[in-house]
Amino acid sequence: MNHFPLMPILLPSLAGMVMLLPPLAARVRAQRWLAGGVLAALVGVAGLLLHHAANQPQIYALGGWQPPFGIMLLVDRLTALMLAVTAVLAFCACVYSAGKEDGEGPFFYPLYMFQVMGINGAFLTGDIFNLFVFFEVLLISSYALLVHGGGKEKTRAGFQYVTLNLLGSAFFLIALGTLYGTLGSLNMADMAAKVGLLSPAEQAIAKAGGLLLLLVFGLKSALLPLQFWLPHTYAAAPAPVAALFAIMTKVGVYAIYRVFGGIFGSDAGALAHLATPWIWSLAVATIVIGALGTYAAPSLRLLTANMVIVSVGTLLLAFVIDGGQHLSAGLYYLLHSTVTTGALFLIADQIRLQRGTTQDRLVSSKQMRPTGVLGALFVVGAIAAIGLPPLSGFIGKTLLLHSTHRFAEQVWVWPALLLSSFIALIAFSRAGTTLFWQGSAKRSAKAKTRPTQILAIVILLSVTPVLTLFADPIVAYSNGAAKDIRQSMQIVQQTIQEDRSSTHASP
Amino acid sequence: MELVFAFCVGVLTSCGVYLTLRGRTFTVVVGLTLLSYAANLFLFASGRLVINAAPILGQSEQIADPLPQALVLTAIVIGFAMTAFAIILAMRARTDLGNDHVDGNPPTIENEMRRKERRP
Repeated sequence: MNHFPLMPILLPSLAGMVMLLPPLAARVRAQRWLAGGVLAALVGVAGLLLHHAANQPQIYALGGWQPPFGIMLLVDRLTALMLAVTAVLAFCACVYSAGKEDGEGPFFYPLYMFQVMGINGAFLTGDIFNLFVFFEVLLISSYALLVHGGGKEKTRAGFQYVTLNLLGSAFFLIALGTLYGTLGSLNMADMAAKVGLLSPAEQAIAKAGGLLLLLVFGLKSALLPLQFWLPHTYAAAPAPVAALFAIMTKVGVYAIYRVFGGIFGSDAGALAHLATPWIWSLAVATIVIGALGTYAAPSLRLLTANMVIVSVGTLLLAFVIDGGQHLSAGLYYLLHSTVTTGALFLIADQIRLQRGTTQDRLVSSKQMRPTGVLGALFVVGAIAAIGLPPLSGFIGKTLLLHSTHRFAEQVWVWPALLLSSFIALIAFSRAGTTLFWQGSAKRSAKAKTRPTQILAIVILLSVTPVLTLFADPIVAYSNGAAKDIRQSMQIVQQTIQEDRSSTHASP
Repeated sequence: MELVFAFCVGVLTSCGVYLTLRGRTFTVVVGLTLLSYAANLFLFASGRLVINAAPILGQSEQIADPLPQALVLTAIVIGFAMTAFAIILAMRARTDLGNDHVDGNPPTIENEMRRKERRP
């Protein structure tokens, strides 16, 4: 059996445990090298999985227990794409953290490893209770990482974040209980096969369970009425952690894709496209609120956090446009927006360090030292995030605009996307002029910048031109990934059928 | 039995939701605990309620679904760890921010009322 699908979970979890043992426990430098090595290895593993999954989805039965009773991991093109973007982002954020963030507390790298393990596990699993467990793994490490280093701002944001997510977990369990009570299975593909066979009375209960799941994933991904926690949490988090958090909302979005595209997808009979009417209005409203937030944000980090909200709205909108036929555009935009917002959090942190007491607040203060590199990075990041040509944000948004064909959809999608880009353009131009050009004649003291930090930002930002140059093969791949949401469910169902018939035949 | 069980879950959930909406960290943590109890009981009931049934084949006449029991066990462990973390964080917030309000600063009306109380 090919054991590669397990690696993205196994490697960081082993590394995290080794870091807690005495030989490495007190040596941050060694932990740093181990973390960097493991994350670089994860980039390699993700590349291999991208290659393998292109031919056929891989099913990995943990412990050899066959689905639907055993827990299985599923690697299709969608999973592989998510793993790849996580690995790149985590590697860059780890490089950035070297030397600064990791010195502020003893457990930075072990927590970081467990967080990466949780994110990878959530992407890999094909079992919905296992998804809950991995959500908890990534959440509990994110709680600790968020308050890493301490301080009033972090503690305040931390308590609210923890409370909200614990509430979310309770509702997650209730939703799982409801679905297990009606469907009698927790394997996603098996659930998808059984949803269509429910009696009308059971359908109502399953519908309630499904919509509760939308509530939970909406909370994780910051869909409109549940997005209030996000801006100040992300703005309070240490920079490399905030950059890593850029993928966390996407975990929620990914879960919505899997559950409402796979389980309650087009094969679900009366419950097909259960969440679509909800997501339509809420996604548009999320984009509007996020765009207004970027305009009102008093600091660069809050501005970037609001860009995360805009991107979540856009990604969920891509899921429902034209019945989900054009999700590939959304997946392309997902790759782009994750990397860009991650980079912008790191850039905001660099600017904050250079400006002394004013930090990254958008007020004029002492002139920053001329830092051509930082300015250039900011311009590239801003252009990519807004969606101006020639970078990948432009291509992603054009693909999305192109995918709407019906007038009733165009009326909502076009203004939302175009106006939000326009507002973001104003917000970023204002932020850039205030931060870099306005200021008194006095120069602020130059803060030390580590070359590794600039290197991390450059690597992250260089993904955008790559996405632009190789847009055609990437869109082709993400097209397959979008189809895989439904196809891999069918493939798993076939495997289960074959398995059942073979066990019936053998005795 | 089902009615009593459903009633218990309902009462626990409503108390939990009410307490989590309060403004002080202690009541919020108690509310979260009640809510996680409710979720665990609910999850347990998803395998249907039966009496005198073992979750193992051949041990008793009736059999209970073992899966929800395993799920509840996992959920209890996770919920326990999370509650412990929330309590520690609440205590940290109390020392860092100087009060136990969830927003870090109690609303001004409350301050006003306290000032009035102090005045004879």
